Amino acid sequence: MAETPLWEVFIRPRNGLAHKHVGSLHAADAVMALQAARDVYTRRGEGNSVWVVPSVAITASDPDHTDEMFEPTGDKIYRHPTFYEIPEDVGHM
Amino acid sequence: MMHEALLEIADDCLVLGHRLSEWCGHAPMLEEDLALPNMALDLIGVARGLYARAGELEDAGRGEDDLAYFRGEREFRNCLLVERPNEDFAQTMLRQLYFAAFMEPFWRAASASSDEVVHGIAGKAAKEVAYHIRHTGEWVIRMGDGTVESAARMARAVDALHRYTGELFESSPAARAAEAAGVLPVREEMRGDWDRVIGMIFTEARLVLPEDTHMHSGGRAGLHGEDLGHILAEMQSVARAHPGAVW
Amino acid sequence: MYSQGLIGADGRTGETETFLAAFQARIDAEEKIEPKDAMPEGYRRTLVRQIGQHAHSEIVGMLPEGNWVTRAPSLRRKAALLAKVQDEGGHGLYLYSAAETLGVTRDGMTEELLAGKAKYSSIFNYPTLTWADIGTIGWLVDGAAIMNQIPLCRCSFGPYARAMIRICKEESFHQRQGYEIMLTLCRGTRAQKAMAQDALDRWWWPSLMMFGPHDAESSHTEQSMAWKIKRFSNDELRQKFIDATVPQAEYLGLKVPDPAMRWDEALNGGKGGYRHGPIDWDEFWRVVKGEGVMNRDRIAARKKAWDDGAWVREAALAHAAKRATGKVAAE
Repeated sequence: MAETPLWEVFIRPRNGLAHKHVGSLHAADAVMALQAARDVYTRRGEGNSVWVVPSVAITASDPDHTDEMFEPTGDKIYRHPTFYEIPEDVGHM
Repeated sequence: MMHEALLEIADDCLVLGHRLSEWCGHAPMLEEDLALPNMALDLIGVARGLYARAGELEDAGRGEDDLAYFRGEREFRNCLLVERPNEDFAQTMLRQLYFAAFMEPFWRAASASSDEVVHGIAGKAAKEVAYHIRHTGEWVIRMGDGTVESAARMARAVDALHRYTGELFESSPAARAAEAAGVLPVREEMRGDWDRVIGMIFTEARLVLPEDTHMHSGGRAGLHGEDLGHILAEMQSVARAHPGAVW
Repeated sequence: MYSQGLIGADGRTGETETFLAAFQARIDAEEKIEPKDAMPEGYRRTLVRQIGQHAHSEIVGMLPEGNWVTRAPSLRRKAALLAKVQDEGGHGLYLYSAAETLGVTRDGMTEELLAGKAKYSSIFNYPTLTWADIGTIGWLVDGAAIMNQIPLCRCSFGPYARAMIRICKEESFHQRQGYEIMLTLCRGTRAQKAMAQDALDRWWWPSLMMFGPHDAESSHTEQSMAWKIKRFSNDELRQKFIDATVPQAEYLGLKVPDPAMRWDEALNGGKGGYRHGPIDWDEFWRVVKGEGVMNRDRIAARKKAWDDGAWVREAALAHAAKRATGKVAAE
């Protein structure tokens, strides 16, 4: 028998916050996945909104490419406010 | 009299919650091992609230556990539907759907109850059973319109359980008193909502509603099938072996 | 709820020294390892096995307590126990998910369990005979599990550590639930107190065995500790458990069934601790190898649930396939 598909579950703890990945589960379709997410991951008032995404639909970056993907930003310190020198007399900026 | 009307619903909820709890650790998939106890806990929670209120109204010093653990088969007032055995997942889900589709409009109407406590319970319970309809309805659709085997099992479930749905709409003398006092809604008035929900789900599930089914009843008068005695014998065994003990 | 030194893990690995050293450096720097990161095969295999055993323990662990859900003697206890057993199912689910990030499937792991090829905590191969067993399991078995699980929240493998954080948060009520049952029994009638003592007599030694063989006999501890899959040795955790539990038993007015148990100033680096008598390791290995009272029944019950549920899972998949091709009734 085919395996019941895997889904990733994202929950928003309350309005104003982003949905956050909380785990995964198995369900045959999206409706059942949503209900299972509710039954499995919100038993203690963990949130008020749920997303489910088929795990196969997620494209992830390759850890072998971590250096080329993410290191080049390391020396672009002019993107951060602390790079610029403003005299203290100017006040908070 | 009023407390007896509350006991009927409390017994429905406890017996059905107990039946669901029998699945614990034996569900068809792990996700359902979490979903079934959620429904069971909703029902047991409602039963506790109603027992407590019934005990107060009766005013004979009986609390929730006295009412749940120290009454016998003839004193339990649950309808026959909820005591039916789990059998398979098809029957368990259909039994739950039949019950929830009745209780959802019932609790919505009961939020206008003249009894403060019933009013409070109803508001919370209506949301719970609305989800029970959603969850069991989706399963009934999947099993009804799934494989050849699942469709056959669903049809068997309808055949086995439909005959116990008529009793849901019957008001016992105790219930009629509670209805007259505005404590509980009139059971017969739930018919329209029930027919609509069940009809919709059955259409999607490719299930046929049986016609001319002889409807069984008697639970409200303590006239049960043989299963209830076994449920109670199991459920009450520890409590009854140690009368007066605190747990 | 799980705690048992990992059984039969094979940490051997065939990578180059340079690769292993670089990996070890990441571990030593307390970096978390994520599923797609390069990792030694032995590390991956050890984790799959340990997380799998842990998940199976949660799932099989539903059965001994589930045995009393229908007989809980009050509605408050019934609800609490049902919620607890439900949690165990959830914990199994989180853990299977964590293992699945390593490329194995839940179905595959389940089939190994049902074929008797996968281990689980052998404490669950003992029967629950009275209501007091439910109190004792919560108090001792969950207590032992917490000792083991809290350090796992800092495990080097990210998905396992995250699952454990969630599990530990949820489990915080389990031990309290159990101890409260014991307290009520011990303050109750003579029969209730006798029931509590009898349960402690039967569960004490199996609880100590939950931590696994003595360090000297535990062959895989060292590699697991180096990889920070495991943070404390079996004996360290067992000692912590005993030191925490003996005073709790005294508070209940119960007697731990170990005539050799005594306070020893020299233990715990001079801070003192309870020295326990000899553990019957023959019994431990007998149960691990399948000859506990309940081994066969536990697997049979899981197999029945799995087999009986097959048509339900098939129906859901069949319906999903119809829906995908627009062949359902109401669309």
